[in-house]
Amino acid sequence: MRNTLPVIIAFLAGIAMVISFFFNPERTVLGTFQENLLQWVTIVGGFTLVLGVFSIVRVNARAVSRRSDGWFYKLATVISVFAMAIPSIMPTSANSAFGKVFYSIFPISWAGAFGTGPDSIYDWLFNYVDSPMMETMFATLAFYIASAAYRAFRARSAEETLLLITACLVMLWRVPIGEALLRSIDVRIPDYINMFVMNGFNLSVQRGIIIGAALGMASMSLRILLGIERTYMGKG
Amino acid sequence: MKKILRSDIIRIVTLTLFITGFFAISISAQTAEDPIFRTDRIAIFIFLLIFSSAVLLYTNWAKKGKELFVRKIPGIAAVEEAVGRATEMGKPVLFIPGIADVEDIETIAGLSILGRVAKIVAAYGTPLSVPVRYPMVLAAGQEVVEQAYLEVNHHDAYDPDTVRYVAGEQFAYTATVNGWMMREKPAANIYMGAFFAESLLLAETGNAAGAIQIAGTARPEQLPFFIAACDYTLMGEELYAASSYLSREPLLLGGLKGQDFVKLLIIIAILIGIILALFNVGGWYNDIFNVS
Repeated sequence: MRNTLPVIIAFLAGIAMVISFFFNPERTVLGTFQENLLQWVTIVGGFTLVLGVFSIVRVNARAVSRRSDGWFYKLATVISVFAMAIPSIMPTSANSAFGKVFYSIFPISWAGAFGTGPDSIYDWLFNYVDSPMMETMFATLAFYIASAAYRAFRARSAEETLLLITACLVMLWRVPIGEALLRSIDVRIPDYINMFVMNGFNLSVQRGIIIGAALGMASMSLRILLGIERTYMGKG
Repeated sequence: MKKILRSDIIRIVTLTLFITGFFAISISAQTAEDPIFRTDRIAIFIFLLIFSSAVLLYTNWAKKGKELFVRKIPGIAAVEEAVGRATEMGKPVLFIPGIADVEDIETIAGLSILGRVAKIVAAYGTPLSVPVRYPMVLAAGQEVVEQAYLEVNHHDAYDPDTVRYVAGEQFAYTATVNGWMMREKPAANIYMGAFFAESLLLAETGNAAGAIQIAGTARPEQLPFFIAACDYTLMGEELYAASSYLSREPLLLGGLKGQDFVKLLIIIAILIGIILALFNVGGWYNDIFNVS
């Protein structure tokens, strides 16, 4: 039963979603069912967040208690989790039952610091700590692209030389100064790159991969629906 | 063989007639202003029928013992080699099942491959680390890995923190995993699932850490990054085939063959389209495949 029940649920939910795709959601109960199903996913996801917090605290707290290498970074992680979470779930007014109890202990002037609104602790941490760090990480991508390109574009064989030349042309075409340079040689070159390289070779290969991936996706979905593929549950 | 073929064809024709009949009744019952059935999606429905029939037919043949040939995929074959290398070096294996949630089919494919990898890792006694971005993936991943350890009778070696939640933010997750890679220097990094802008950040760091890297994703825009930075890359459909390929189970391989058959039909359809377009008479043919 432990193995069969999830397969039955997956089958029924999957079939309902497939059938509802072909029916008008306003004329059949399937539309409502589909909406409900997607809401359930969100609700279940909310509950599993507790598992995530539990996992992050357990792994990092253990490292801190053992004073393993870099334990202070792990301590910072645990503190950050609670520093973001606790102020955001605190009441922002004394209207609710929890709010009344909370603000009978703490001054009501603290209300503005809680919740997720403007000028709250959460908002401040998000705008001035979280967001700049994310942007910094994203910005480093440029350097990674340069090092990856250096390794990828090496003219060791005829195919690699062709790739290198094509990449150089596309890179030139993508920047204004490069496009101006190409146009100065022949005004049609940028259009040819767009037509043959981007909308020709590149697009056709991408479509080939997309068609293959879509078929693979459909095949896997079918195997899951019919209970043939159970490896995602650890079975088989 | 002929008997098998005949009975399968009869079953598929019956099923097709039943479903088509059901939808025909639905179509006839609908009014033009507010239809029940989405007639604009009829092409997808027919494709779904053909596709399902092909996959089920080949799966059934595989069940009945028909030998199915599946071409060698070097990236998947390298998984065992990578784990073996990690075992020899006494270093961990890093597995990332993508950074999408469990409702994404690529993540499910990643988890399926994780199950196979975890079995090899458990058998060799190699440390495994699976950082995840979503709590639902955490729950599913823990179940998959624990089951793998159970199946090779090494449950006592299973650590519940093998699969661990790292961060919900894309780049916070990337920073944590990159930091871990540079500190722990894993011998093998396996990336299987949905990846976005962090694909190159992860793969380049893994390369700098000296790990053998195998990646697989169905997202064409991330493939060049993986190809540039990884030793092996599974492209598109290969990601979905990996689990079946690693298991060598005839039932799962049957699905792959069915998929190949439909691919052949699509190639034929594209060729017909090209020929019709060359003679400038392909308008009606194009409309068949135009769905909202």
